[in-house]
Amino acid sequence: MAYQWDFTPVLANAPLLAQGLLNTLKVTGTSLVFGLALGLALALLRLSPRRAFAWPAGLVIEVFRTTPPLVQLFWFFFALPLLVGIEMTAFMAAVVTFSIQSAAFFAEVFRGGIVSIERGQWDGARAIGMNHAQALRRIVLPQAVKRMIPAFMERAIELMKTTTLVATISYADLLFAANEIAQKTFRPLETFTVAALIYFVVIFAFSLVAQQLERRLGVSGESTVH
Amino acid sequence: MSLLRVTGLTKRFGANEVLRGIDLEVRQGERIAILGASGSGKSSLLRCLNFMELPSAGSIALDGEVLGRERRPGERVYRESELTQVRQRIGMVFQQFNLFPHMTAVGNVMEGLRTVRRMPREAARLRAETELKRVGLGDKADAYPAHLSGGQKQRVAIARALAMDPEMLLFDEPTSALDPGLVGEVLGVIRDLAEEGRTMLLVTHELGFAYHVATRVIFLADGTIHESGTPDEVLKNPQKERTRAFLASHKQYSL
Amino acid sequence: MRWDFTSVFANTDALLAGAAGTLRIFAICLVLGLGLGLVVGLGRYARTKWLYLPATAFVEFFRNTPVLVQILWFYFALPILMPFEISPLAAASLGISLNSAAFSAEIYRAGIQSIDMGQWDGARALGMRWDQAMRRIVLPQAIKRMLPALTNRAIEIFKMTTLASAVAYVELLQQGKLIASLNYNPIEAYTAVAVIFLVFLWPLVQFTYVLERRLRRDE
Repeated sequence: MAYQWDFTPVLANAPLLAQGLLNTLKVTGTSLVFGLALGLALALLRLSPRRAFAWPAGLVIEVFRTTPPLVQLFWFFFALPLLVGIEMTAFMAAVVTFSIQSAAFFAEVFRGGIVSIERGQWDGARAIGMNHAQALRRIVLPQAVKRMIPAFMERAIELMKTTTLVATISYADLLFAANEIAQKTFRPLETFTVAALIYFVVIFAFSLVAQQLERRLGVSGESTVH
Repeated sequence: MSLLRVTGLTKRFGANEVLRGIDLEVRQGERIAILGASGSGKSSLLRCLNFMELPSAGSIALDGEVLGRERRPGERVYRESELTQVRQRIGMVFQQFNLFPHMTAVGNVMEGLRTVRRMPREAARLRAETELKRVGLGDKADAYPAHLSGGQKQRVAIARALAMDPEMLLFDEPTSALDPGLVGEVLGVIRDLAEEGRTMLLVTHELGFAYHVATRVIFLADGTIHESGTPDEVLKNPQKERTRAFLASHKQYSL
Repeated sequence: MRWDFTSVFANTDALLAGAAGTLRIFAICLVLGLGLGLVVGLGRYARTKWLYLPATAFVEFFRNTPVLVQILWFYFALPILMPFEISPLAAASLGISLNSAAFSAEIYRAGIQSIDMGQWDGARALGMRWDQAMRRIVLPQAIKRMLPALTNRAIEIFKMTTLASAVAYVELLQQGKLIASLNYNPIEAYTAVAVIFLVFLWPLVQFTYVLERRLRRDE
């Protein structure tokens, strides 16, 4: 007996899916911005010669890279509010979790990029009287960031996939919406297939854009002419 | 007038003592060539003079003012803010150029003026273009280092150092990384600077150039000044055996 | 705020059951994921488009879809097409394994491609067939280079096992949820789960650093 596919109930709920997708992008975008900023801060702390700075930063990075994101999400959503006595919406818990989690990974990318800049660049900067902060800001970081862009793109795409976890704390992202629709319409096959396809199209599109960007950046100004 | 006075300069890297008590006085207008085998400490000496490396012991005085603070007898500590000031007054040119690849030639030369001296962009650019013209690269202002030859890169590096109006210039083997055909253009610029009366210290293997341009020649061995004197004295009539051996082994750069 | 872990300790057998479940699904997904990944990776390396295109499609699809979506699809959607039930373990294992296969395929491909062509020449000059050259000469050398990345993948798989809790498979996080709801102590419960994962994974993560350092030194 062949199964009769019927996508109409799914399409009838398209607005719900669209809203879900929007919420997914909201969480991803917000977490990405905070994650990048926090990641840079963590990286600079980690590189600091002062152990009082480097050690805690290293600890945060290791803990958030070694524990599963879902455990972190549950902890920030269920445990933290009780611990500090503040209300946490699912969105807040998600953004806090994914910002710190992605920051831990971004920090390692930043650190690797900065460390990869050869010593001669620091020498050239210091020789004209720059202090450490100026050398970092004007000379080292601009060069490092260019090298780190592929890794960043990869991490950002990972983040987009990780944020689906918010469905487990009932935040109305695309996956949550799909689940609701599947239960409502008794058409889980069509609903989840559509959801999977939407995710694939969006994420695949982003990864293609990322590849294009890398290719474009590889050509401008930095070509090695010997 | 004594511009720089170095007293008992010692530099250790772990257990390795690279400089063992160097005394040196540099007067305004002097051009000092520093020779020595690799490992003799000549790069370390230069890098201590603008505090790219910190002395393990001894003191350095610029314009009569001793730098750093004596925390314990024989042990000086240096504040970064003081050192960045010193580095604006002493310029350095590196063997590997160390140009900033993400900036154009004029961008490189302007960078110190903009970020360290906080000069407005237009004024800095004008000054930078003047320096580039001075080293013969006025038409390459907007080129990126990747598109310049080694000799051109080094000349931009010299312009970058000059833009800061240094009281003294340090050259760390400026032509050693260049193809032989490109060495001449860089030496030409350095000679012009010498003729202007600039104070400079030059670590080099180009003995002929040192002979014609230097006012004093120093031969470094095992971390101390083994022999010192006028170019005629050290290069034509060396007194010490090691100096003679060194000059003999460097015939390819000879006079 | 007084932390009280007694309720957590009282439920050690629940946590142990969770740990057993975590290890079971980890083992399944590790073997399936890295095993299938090798096959797909070889497909990605192949020159014939009948192998290359399906492999590429597989990799692109399973790398660009979230694992949780796949797990839910296998749990809710697939049973509609199949005449049998799909257990939480099966659904979660399928989702995690296929995703891991896609990622490890790229690790295998990059590792094999990084072996100098001269090695192939040397092997073929001795009269070896393609598969003999691959098995005896190329793969052994490639494995060494791929070890850090593959170990990282294993760590990722271990962390992904928590996603099985979304379909109520009995693993560590699921047990954590259970304990938290029964004892009203989410702080202690989830902290305990996090600590257990740290205990499991920290040595493995440090080991990958050692591997990476050793690799960089040898190259």
